[in-house]
Amino acid sequence: MDFFSKNLPYLLAGISVGGQYALIAIGYTMVYGILRLINFAHGDIFMVAGLVTIYASTVMPLYLSIPLTIIVTVILGVTIERAAYRPLRNAPRMSVMISAIGVSYLLQNLALYITGGLAQVYPTIPFISNTVTIGSATTKVVTILTPILMIVLVVLLIQLINHTKVGMAMRAVSTDFETSRLMGINVNRVISMTFVIGSFLAAIGSILYFTNYPSVIPTSGGMPGLKAFVAAVFGGIGSIPGAVIGAMLIGIVENLIKGAGWTTFSDAFTFVLLIIVLLFKPTGLFGEAATDKV
Amino acid sequence: MSKKTNEASTGNTVGKVGSVSANWDHLGKKGDGPAKNLLEVRDLQVKYGGIQAVRGISFDVPEHEIVTLIGANGAGKSSTLRSIVALEKPAGGSIRFEGKEMIGLGTEQVVKNGITLVPEGRRVFVNLSVYENLRMGAFLRNDELQADLDWVYTLFPRLKERSWQAAGTLSGGEQQMLAIARALMSRPKMIMMDEPSLGLAPIIVQEVFEIIREINNMGMTILLVEQNANMALKAADMGYVMETGSITLSGAGQELAENPVVKEAYLGKARN
Repeated sequence: MDFFSKNLPYLLAGISVGGQYALIAIGYTMVYGILRLINFAHGDIFMVAGLVTIYASTVMPLYLSIPLTIIVTVILGVTIERAAYRPLRNAPRMSVMISAIGVSYLLQNLALYITGGLAQVYPTIPFISNTVTIGSATTKVVTILTPILMIVLVVLLIQLINHTKVGMAMRAVSTDFETSRLMGINVNRVISMTFVIGSFLAAIGSILYFTNYPSVIPTSGGMPGLKAFVAAVFGGIGSIPGAVIGAMLIGIVENLIKGAGWTTFSDAFTFVLLIIVLLFKPTGLFGEAATDKV
Repeated sequence: MSKKTNEASTGNTVGKVGSVSANWDHLGKKGDGPAKNLLEVRDLQVKYGGIQAVRGISFDVPEHEIVTLIGANGAGKSSTLRSIVALEKPAGGSIRFEGKEMIGLGTEQVVKNGITLVPEGRRVFVNLSVYENLRMGAFLRNDELQADLDWVYTLFPRLKERSWQAAGTLSGGEQQMLAIARALMSRPKMIMMDEPSLGLAPIIVQEVFEIIREINNMGMTILLVEQNANMALKAADMGYVMETGSITLSGAGQELAENPVVKEAYLGKARN
């Protein structure tokens, strides 16, 4: 019990960060599922969402700047797909990946140019920044809100994918572009749709994540983006439940390690854990082995 | 499926088609009016890089008929079908469907105009259920699907039994049936089939051809590409023989089946 009360703050932080990673990880895993592309720019889209909130909230109230952040992020994600990935649809996969890396640096450099390299102070969002006390832990409302919001969004997303025509089309396109076209499915529109969903969730994730930090810098997307990517691989890339569980595990483990006094090594431990899991299960926790019947 | 159940199911379907197919009257029937060409292909050329796969072929598909393109591997049959549905971009020529030019339209528009292709190798969506595959076949439709679902389930009772199973778990023959059923769900005016007998056991091939005839009896126009020339010519009203990108012979199905050149080259029978 003593152990529990000692670690409760870290556990809560872990669940919260895990939920934020999960919201980003879904973007990686969905784009991979449909395009077999690691969207390296995804972490930077997340960072740009943070900056948009900052700049927007200087000129308008939060109830406007938050929806605006979501809209701008979605437009950014879809535009990147159109401009940098769609023209390379028939190119080798490696070329698209390099294009993604290029977009990642472009966004970072643009952010550097716009912010002038100065850390931009993240606004305090009322309510979710309030403190609450649970047992031995005192934390922000966002810590509790994150996992709840994440689960609601994931349940909605899974409903969309499993039970709607658009969701069916997404699953069809993820197996076979050409046959999907033969059904009359507009493949490009379905791909845009996955970028809409991924960017939407990244925008929500950014609001929840940056609330815990004082400021945003152009490389702020790097670490959370990488962790979310790791979570997606860990859970089995292409699988949405896998990404969520992977993200929760990584969030919790890294915070418990911090709680044990190993803060310096918490990132290293995360990646060692990933390596160990992949040694035993190369496709990740929920990854499907390719067993397509020909 | 045994021969017996096959006959039984075909018998049933013929009985039921009458009642269910009322909603397929849009196709009309053979001999309703003067025969017209549904599809007219003129001087079609398809190139892959420097290789000319189709060298200016012309052929017609009259309404309500079964037309077959036969020929060896690499003769350009699949390329022809693929350019009709805009999966390949032809280098020249024209493809008219109901008098309307199809070249330049995207696959989505071509499908909307009433052409559908059952692709080579079946290509069912393995991770979707049988039912979901059928729903995807009807992707462009916003009307009520139940009558047509019931109808394809009567045509293919196996699919009904397995409607919630992932399509990847079906046998090859069942996947072929699903691919045909999925194509029917778009309510096409013309179905094109690319090697529907490929890789199937002879008894299943028989069944596939039964189905092709049955769909045709409903008024459906069918363009069939086959390496199984024997079966295809028997079923077809009209046949074209393709060799290295050109049409070298054409004629009524039965006529071609008896042509000594065709017999020797494609039917595996010595000239007598």
